[in-house]
Amino acid sequence: MNQIVDKVLFSEKVAKFVVHAPRIARSRKPGHFVILRVDEKGERIPLTIAGADPEQGTIVLVVQRMGVSSSKLFELNIGDHILDVVGPLGKATHIYNAGTILACGGGVGVAPMLPIVEGFKKAGNRVISILAARNKDLIILEDEIRKWSDEVIIMTDDGSYGTKGVVTVGAEMVIQRETINECIAIGPAVMMKFTSLLTQKYQIPTQASLNAIMVDGTGMCGACRVSVGGRTMFTCIDGPEFDAHQIDFNELIMRLGGYSAEEKLAYERYML
Amino acid sequence: MSIDKEYLQIEREKEWRAELRKKMANKDRTALNRTKMPEMDPYVRIQFQNKEVNIGLTEEQARQEASRCLDCPTPTCMEGCPVSINIPKFVKYIDAGDYLGAAKTLKETSALPAVCGRVCPQEKQCEANCFYTQKLKKDAVAIGYLERFAADYERESGLMSVPEVAPANGIKIAAIGSGPSSLSFAGDMIKRGYDVTVFEALHEIGGVLKYGIPEFRLPNKIVDVELENLQKMGVKFVKNFIVGKTSSFEDLKAEGFEAFFVASGAGLPRFMNIPGENYNGILSSNEYLTRVNLMNAANDEFDTPVIKGKNVAVIGGGNTAMDSVRTAKRLGAERAMIIYRRSRAEMPARVEEVHHAEEEGIEFINLANPVEYFADEKGKVNAVRIQRMGLGEPDASGRRSPVVIEGSEYDIPVDLVVVAVGVSPNPLIPSEVKDLKVSRWGTIEVNEDTMQSSIPELFAGGDIVRGGATVILAMGDGRKAAANMDEYLKSKHS
Repeated sequence: MNQIVDKVLFSEKVAKFVVHAPRIARSRKPGHFVILRVDEKGERIPLTIAGADPEQGTIVLVVQRMGVSSSKLFELNIGDHILDVVGPLGKATHIYNAGTILACGGGVGVAPMLPIVEGFKKAGNRVISILAARNKDLIILEDEIRKWSDEVIIMTDDGSYGTKGVVTVGAEMVIQRETINECIAIGPAVMMKFTSLLTQKYQIPTQASLNAIMVDGTGMCGACRVSVGGRTMFTCIDGPEFDAHQIDFNELIMRLGGYSAEEKLAYERYML
Repeated sequence: MSIDKEYLQIEREKEWRAELRKKMANKDRTALNRTKMPEMDPYVRIQFQNKEVNIGLTEEQARQEASRCLDCPTPTCMEGCPVSINIPKFVKYIDAGDYLGAAKTLKETSALPAVCGRVCPQEKQCEANCFYTQKLKKDAVAIGYLERFAADYERESGLMSVPEVAPANGIKIAAIGSGPSSLSFAGDMIKRGYDVTVFEALHEIGGVLKYGIPEFRLPNKIVDVELENLQKMGVKFVKNFIVGKTSSFEDLKAEGFEAFFVASGAGLPRFMNIPGENYNGILSSNEYLTRVNLMNAANDEFDTPVIKGKNVAVIGGGNTAMDSVRTAKRLGAERAMIIYRRSRAEMPARVEEVHHAEEEGIEFINLANPVEYFADEKGKVNAVRIQRMGLGEPDASGRRSPVVIEGSEYDIPVDLVVVAVGVSPNPLIPSEVKDLKVSRWGTIEVNEDTMQSSIPELFAGGDIVRGGATVILAMGDGRKAAANMDEYLKSKHS
């Protein structure tokens, strides 16, 4: 169960894993995530599914090395098994023919965005994708995104690839140039917050996929609560995608730091 | 469950029982005082998250306690038992010194005797209906302690009996969720010869018995032994599998499953929707207990973190609130408080749990309700504002309802808040089944006599039907569903 059949390093800290999980591969849709646990002592962590091959019975996960759990996963190799993988979880992305879609992906957020971009393209939309990262090394899945996009814009903070600037610079350029019917934003919370503020200004419906802290992923714990339109929602069962203009991003960013002290200590112990 | 009176009579008239009754005069039996449960010292036990508070009766204590039972011709105690354990029979086995016989009797109707002996509210069930309580106005026979004694004795003896199983009938059925309701269902159905698979969403089997109830009340190894017992009987367990998500009901039907028992629990924590409730350091009891119990977060060797608060407020007065506050104490809280909106008399928690909490130095701030939380500049909670309450007229639950005392607010410094004000049904399963009738509270609607839902091959029980009850009521549902699903499948196959 859950054997790693392929691993591709995108950069020093980002890797793609192809994992044998046949039932999930058959059932998953764009927007779904899994919860996994690397070993007996591991945490349960959520990861959005970046693709699947139902025939091969595999799913694709992209991992960025951050703390203890992502490092443990990152260090696994082809042939290793992930102890527990459960899913697909969450609500699938609402994919339909909207007209023109602007898909904004930041960092590893591009991975979960890939199946959504594919879905919207297949549903007959014109798709413009913006891939944004700190530098060239951190731009991932460009070819795959190009396959399902009418246009791809690359943005890097340091200008080492594509256009220099943050994601919103590229997004605003597109919005001013043509009519956008719907926007998708997936990436770090701060990136989604500013993308949302931008599209709100232009009144473009926007979906953001949230990366809240979770334990069980099935609605049981409430660690992933987020305020949407003034109501408390659970990212795991009500999301992970929400109307970005209704999300309280400041609260989300605050809550993502809820265990930062404990996480820092654990990481120090792990690196010893 | 209905009680088979004829069977009870036959059992009662067996020679050994008749002899035993003659051995001691009833007035001598009733002259004995109820045995006290030996407990670990509060000052010692609060240093351990995983050491059980109740130590269990000695053989001598158990036999004496069992001798108090009068072996009534009409055992009213059984009317209080949701799984219809043959109480006089198992108690008299203990009285006679046949502890394995007692354990075997328990397992005739209960899949989890060692669990029930620990967590059932016997004082509201069998013991409330005991002749001593009802007619003599004395302390009831300690049926719960005896149940635990027999189950523990059997386990420790290494002579666990595996209940008899009927020949396999080849009919595949599924139980969804692996908590007490499902386990009880699975035990009954495997005995009837069905091919039973239990599907669990988490990475451990046991549901609330594992993620919810702390080890100081119910050690994991106790649960594991009961699970092994079911496994020996032939029940299959599949972890990390969410029916309706990982595979649909239709997929499972195509794989040969003919009927389903949904017992997915009340896994959706309720919050109070008051200002500041989403600050860091405020979590549901489900989250707090899951981190500590399921994920071992208090142990540094495990990766899951938990906030170890110094000033901890737990909101609520139920068993889960007691479990949370006592866990906080064990994780080093200097001040571990219960904030409860009614008075102690209305507390839904078991009397024993409240008593244990008091012994452990838990502070009770009753007749108080949180109205707002405050946090530091990083968003970490640092105070709770509470409002004092008075008691008004009885409400629908029969308990006197809390009434706000205006202008009574004051703040208490806290660095961890655990909200234990109840749970709602988990929407995951109901939302995946088309045409399933669900109440406006999100519980699955079933025929109360059969536990059958609006979809004939789908039965349901436990908290997904009740919305939040006890282990033993959930188990009772499991038994009832098993009996009725058996009827349903038999008529389908005949």
